[in-house]
Amino acid sequence: MTGMPFLSLAIWIPILGGLLVLATGSDRNAPLARSLSMLVALVGFAVTIPLFTQFDASSSAMQFSEFLPWIPRFNINYHLGVDGISVLFVLLNAFITIMVVMAGWQVIQEKVAQYMAAFLIMSGLMNGIFSALDGILFYVFFEASLIPLYLVIGIWGGANRVYAAIKFFLYTLLGSLLMLIALLYLFMQAGGSFSILDWHKLPLAMPAQTLIFWAFLIAFAVKVPMWPVHTWLPDAHVEAPTGGSVVLAAIALKLGAYGFLRFSLPIVPDASQAMAPMMIALSLVAVIYIGFVALVQTDMKKLVAYSSISHMGFVTLGFFMFNAIGLEGALVQMISHGFVSGAMFLCIGVLYDRMHTRNIADYGGVVKTMPKFAAFFMLFAMANAGLPGTSGFIGEFMVVLGAVQFNFWVAFAAATTLILGAAYTLWMYKRVVFGVVGNSHVAELEDIGAREFAFLGILALCVLAMGLYPFPFTEVMHASVNELLRHVAVSKL
Amino acid sequence: MNFVIPDFYPAAAEILVAVMALVIMLASTFARRVASDLAYGLTQLTLVFAALVSVLVSPNLLAAVAAVVSELPLFGVRLAELLMSLAEGYAANEVVATFSGMFIGDMLGGLLKVFSLLAVSVALLYGRGYLADRKIDRPEYYLLSLLMSLGMMVMISANHLLSLYMGLEMMSLSLYGMVAFDRDSPRATEAAMKYFVLGALASGLLLYGMSMLYGATGSLELSGIAQSIYHQAANKTVLVFGLVFIVAGLAFKLGVVPFHMWVPDVYQGAPTAVTLMISAAPKLAAFAMTMRLLVYGLFELADQWQTMLMFLSVLSIVLGNLAAIAQSNIKRMLAYSGISHMGFVLLGLLAGVVDGDRNFALNAYSSAMFYAVSYVIMSLASFGMVILLSRAGFEAETIEDFKGLNKRNSWFAALMMIVMFSMAGIPFFIGFFAKLSVLQAVVAAGYVWLAVVAVLMSVIGAYYYLRVVKVMYFDDPVDSAPIRAQGEVRFLLSANGLAIAVLGLLPQGLMSLCAYALLASL
Repeated sequence: MTGMPFLSLAIWIPILGGLLVLATGSDRNAPLARSLSMLVALVGFAVTIPLFTQFDASSSAMQFSEFLPWIPRFNINYHLGVDGISVLFVLLNAFITIMVVMAGWQVIQEKVAQYMAAFLIMSGLMNGIFSALDGILFYVFFEASLIPLYLVIGIWGGANRVYAAIKFFLYTLLGSLLMLIALLYLFMQAGGSFSILDWHKLPLAMPAQTLIFWAFLIAFAVKVPMWPVHTWLPDAHVEAPTGGSVVLAAIALKLGAYGFLRFSLPIVPDASQAMAPMMIALSLVAVIYIGFVALVQTDMKKLVAYSSISHMGFVTLGFFMFNAIGLEGALVQMISHGFVSGAMFLCIGVLYDRMHTRNIADYGGVVKTMPKFAAFFMLFAMANAGLPGTSGFIGEFMVVLGAVQFNFWVAFAAATTLILGAAYTLWMYKRVVFGVVGNSHVAELEDIGAREFAFLGILALCVLAMGLYPFPFTEVMHASVNELLRHVAVSKL
Repeated sequence: MNFVIPDFYPAAAEILVAVMALVIMLASTFARRVASDLAYGLTQLTLVFAALVSVLVSPNLLAAVAAVVSELPLFGVRLAELLMSLAEGYAANEVVATFSGMFIGDMLGGLLKVFSLLAVSVALLYGRGYLADRKIDRPEYYLLSLLMSLGMMVMISANHLLSLYMGLEMMSLSLYGMVAFDRDSPRATEAAMKYFVLGALASGLLLYGMSMLYGATGSLELSGIAQSIYHQAANKTVLVFGLVFIVAGLAFKLGVVPFHMWVPDVYQGAPTAVTLMISAAPKLAAFAMTMRLLVYGLFELADQWQTMLMFLSVLSIVLGNLAAIAQSNIKRMLAYSGISHMGFVLLGLLAGVVDGDRNFALNAYSSAMFYAVSYVIMSLASFGMVILLSRAGFEAETIEDFKGLNKRNSWFAALMMIVMFSMAGIPFFIGFFAKLSVLQAVVAAGYVWLAVVAVLMSVIGAYYYLRVVKVMYFDDPVDSAPIRAQGEVRFLLSANGLAIAVLGLLPQGLMSLCAYALLASL
């Protein structure tokens, strides 16, 4: 444990840096805004590296803790800390921020400073969500992160952006406000404490647990998103600019899943156990039904959006089987999905920047004009389909393994995703990349430049590294996952 | 009957305002050519000094302010010491009654006076250019606003039904005059007429209720009324009957459903500068009046009035938010939003006593007060923005007028966005912490369902605030006129908007001020 407040730095460097970028003002200073944002994103990532290197993987306790009284009137504290579950998300988030800044480098020509600032601020807020150990602090970051994303979708989005932005905002707001009441209720029950760690130890009667579970469920299920409250996601994705989609898929969707692990499972373990069959059923519906829905999409972004929902179904499935391999698999799946879906949206962004269409039918034969791009796209498509050797495989395999321990038929149903995922991803890939050159626009495409090569290359390395040698990732989370499962197994009644 | 010279000291701020009102009236008659500048300047000085005096005459308040100030960075501690040295030498009487018990000097009153005086001062500053553009920047306007402030101060410090009513009428009559100030505008005249008739009706209801209280308890003094009820000397039926009329009258003044009909019409019809005035400080005065009557006078009947407030509050939150969605006029929209915010204030007030247990009172009432103060800060900024966009010959009245503000002026668009998100209760802005503290009080009192209703309606409410952000950020401007405003308006409006953000990051100071005030005064 060193004296440096790394978590605070990871939160506030991007936020303050974002405000600084905002101060560069009009588009005349766009180059300055871009380089400044890159600098902030890099520094923001640099300060998260010690979180990984100095992390004590043998302990399940909260590390890098920081504690300051914030609002003593309600005993609200600025209490931060990460364990094996959350540390990886802080890293992932800081990393993805760099990708987003790179991806928006040339594409965004209007209000550059505002665009970059929105992403930097959002990145800081999301680090706050993953490291908050105080209920209200968590909530504040959770809600505040809606604002930049709302603006990003609404300002730089596509034709139907206003509808999508408002739908996104209201859906998530509804969920989180109900959670707020649950937090206040827990505050009363815990004798005036908003500390999440105190809540973990708090005994609660079953009816209270059930209600709290539902309040959390609505908040987190909307964020994940689980079937049937997923409908905002395809709309938001389709209308969001590339960077928005990347952050949405890579980070924002993880917030809900993370919430289950930090709140639902440990605070109301008995209700979680009781509701597990329902949660598993909803997860399987997401995996299978949404997989089929993805199959029939004609818009590439929508397809990847539905595939995200389906993959997140795998994550929630892994959580609610209450075995170590399933849970770890779900966490690996979350990290991997962060890379893969981020990369998929970046690839679609690369195509969209050139063709200004996301319709699968408008493409065909892209490989002829963009061979380098096609190679990257291939890798990410394979990872999305869960090909062994890529990161996508590890998580899915571990969750299916966990499911076999739990119940064969659940495992059977879950495993269909390996077929469905391959079907919708590869079919889309085939239609876009292979075949005859569909039209003159495709014939005139330029292959990716150095900047695009750089971010796709880095992501490709991550996907492969994690697929071939996942041990460093699972090692970090091992102790915390076991502790969580031990905790959940003990009744609080 | 022997005459006792009252202790004037606790009422020093009121006396200052009253004297200055007369001075301004005379001065502006003689110095005709610079009358309005003179009146404006003197009024602002008076308001600021009166706020200062209100702090100085209440040693408790001074100490509390010093405690908050000492938390500030840089010179905080030094400044706090300076403030504390000013407080020395005065007996720290928590509550002083004077003028034969008609007037009460306590920290609650002191704090509310400071906030209302500052709110009036800010409202005058925002509104001056607007009035000048419409050629109604006359000294009488400032005179009326001073008299209104005086009325509010009397109301806030009233300990007697007569002084309460006198303060209320003084405030209301000045406001009627101000609404009608643009006398050539038929809309403003109509609004003033409506306001006057309904306001008079409300005063009548209140007076009727007061007469019943007097009949049942034999006292006009609030503490006397409380004593009499406590000793069960009063006829309960008459009391509760009177209470109904009192609550109805209060609801009128607060502008909550079902006594809200005047709010949208008056907000829309009045000149925006006056709307700004009505929407801010008088809400604090109405809150103070509610506290004085219901909590100081009729606390024994809390079970009865809490139930009434529950209906009023739920109806206000539901109707205010639903009706706001349908508005295209931003003043009207903000009026309905104000109704729902007042519903939230009531939500805090009704959580004070649970099954006869009064331990919740301090927490609940201080949350309500914090909410009211936060609302005033947000309301000033929101109408300040509406005024900013108006100019000579052009009224920024519809939400459409905010279209593309981000492209016209991104700084003010950002400020308006802060205000809107704050009103919607999104963190890190003060509106969130206001909602949090009220909801916390409600949940603590065991009304979880009430909290659920309130948050569901907040989601609906978020829609119309988001719509304003939407037109500012997502749409293209239709009006390309540059935003012209004097430097001080720009500066203060920026400070006001930033205060919403800064108080959202560090709400502790304001929260504890409200809590201290109630602790020292209850």
